[in-house]
Amino acid sequence: MDALAGMSSFAPLLLSAQLALVTSVVLILLGTPLAWWLSQTSSRFKPAAQAIVAMPIVLPPTVLGFYLLILLGPHGAIGAWWVELTGSALTFSFAGLVIASCVYSLPFAVQPLQSAFESMPRQTLEFAWTQGASKLDAFFAVTVPMSVRGFIGAAVLSFAHTLGEFGVVLMVGGNIPGETRVISIAIYDHVETLNYGAAHQLSLLLLGFAFLVLLGMFVINRRWSVR
Amino acid sequence: MTTRSQEMTDATVMLKHTLRRDDFELDVDVQIPANGVTGLFGQSGSGKTTLLRCIAGLEPGTSKDIRPVHKRSIGYVFQTPQLFPHLDVRRNIEFGLRRSSSPRVDQAQVVEMLGLSDLLERKPGGLSGGEAQRVAIAAVLLRSPQLVLMDEPLASLDERRKGELLPYLDRLHDDMSVPMIYVSHNIDEVSRLCDHLLLIDNGKIIGDGSLHDMLCRLDLPMLSGGNAGSVIEAKPEHYDDGYDLTRFSFSGGELSVPGQYDLRRPRVRLRIAAHDVSICRTKPNDSTILNILDARVDEVHVADTASALVRLAIGTDYLLALITRCSVVRLDIKKGDRLFAQVKSVTVRR
Repeated sequence: MDALAGMSSFAPLLLSAQLALVTSVVLILLGTPLAWWLSQTSSRFKPAAQAIVAMPIVLPPTVLGFYLLILLGPHGAIGAWWVELTGSALTFSFAGLVIASCVYSLPFAVQPLQSAFESMPRQTLEFAWTQGASKLDAFFAVTVPMSVRGFIGAAVLSFAHTLGEFGVVLMVGGNIPGETRVISIAIYDHVETLNYGAAHQLSLLLLGFAFLVLLGMFVINRRWSVR
Repeated sequence: MTTRSQEMTDATVMLKHTLRRDDFELDVDVQIPANGVTGLFGQSGSGKTTLLRCIAGLEPGTSKDIRPVHKRSIGYVFQTPQLFPHLDVRRNIEFGLRRSSSPRVDQAQVVEMLGLSDLLERKPGGLSGGEAQRVAIAAVLLRSPQLVLMDEPLASLDERRKGELLPYLDRLHDDMSVPMIYVSHNIDEVSRLCDHLLLIDNGKIIGDGSLHDMLCRLDLPMLSGGNAGSVIEAKPEHYDDGYDLTRFSFSGGELSVPGQYDLRRPRVRLRIAAHDVSICRTKPNDSTILNILDARVDEVHVADTASALVRLAIGTDYLLALITRCSVVRLDIKKGDRLFAQVKSVTVRR
């Protein structure tokens, strides 16, 4: 009984870590081309694009969650299409959480990448091109390795930020054990039911983890800059 | 709007570029020799770098027939060396080589020529400016480009580093067959390294020709004044260790220069600044100046209210003399006169 209880109390932690990992991988993949475009473009749409990317920082998670709930719901634009494709609803599922987390943590992936790309000296790229590298080749052979700090920052911040999300998950994912019951929801539950011991346990875990992740990032950044 | 075309025949490289911007217009249509170093000389803002960028394809154009930058076989040495900080020197110089379809240049030879053997394992962050520029030049050469563009490669270096890099550039000039365009606003560098000269002013080529001819033209204000001076090829003949003087012979006679120079070299380039040449009607035999040459006045050009440039034919070479207009009148110097040129100082360029 005790072992089972122990397991179920750590399941939300595992689910959170899983969600954060998947989200940061997806965000690096999607955020890289977006951040590159933002760093290079002089398009008149750039300010609008930047504003949209930054919105999740400003909006209350409930607002974001509300719109996502509508969009991802069985009758929403994305949700209906998903139901047709897979037969199951996107809301109150892990896949739905991933999509919601990607929107929610987007600025935390895009901004470090964008500032890393913007600090790339233009002439270094031009030199790579004159040395026979196509734009794509130069991006992977020169820009990516020269932007390692940006990638580390983007991965760590979007991972940590996803781990800490609450409002959006509550709106879109609800509280289904093993599927959408992430650590922040579990803590909220424990407090609601006055189970302060369990709340303490999980909160302390998250506190320590957040500190370690950020510490790790700053140590790596420092090493990189004095290299 | 940009248009370009660049054709390489056996003997010449055609450069035809136009570019229009709000405040600047580049309009160049010129041929340069397909061997040796062509100096591109002009003041800052004259369009030197813009022309290089057009040639390399780095200025965005609208014309449909332009090849992308990476498909042109044109090497670009930037004013500030642009190395890849995450790669060591060896991988930096191999970057272009790996992306070259027809590498013809011998890697070991280039590494040796530019003195990079000891630097290969280092990261660019630990290199001096001169070392980094040598690495950048090696990287460009190893790609076996059809044309090398150098945008003031010495400008970002202090005098000492410049002095360190110049001998490597000399070797480049002597050992490599690839044509180069060397941008500079320093007439000393140009007269040392280049064989051919393009003068650019306000986006237009205002003169081109061999270095010797160009330096002796009196109608180009850019080359007169403080820049005026001629270059002659001479052979070191004899070293007098008693007085520490080396005697050089050239078409118009002999010149003695302080210091010891390698007598095995078939020819060296001497630069004689116009303000170091004076003129006398009779041959002085009580002058401290060692080098007194028989000369014929080829042309007299009044440069401004006070001074005049005189081109003197000496053998098949020319010297320029910068003298006062007052002296021109007083000595009645005119074309065809036979007289004597006193050369106060000679710089051995290489």
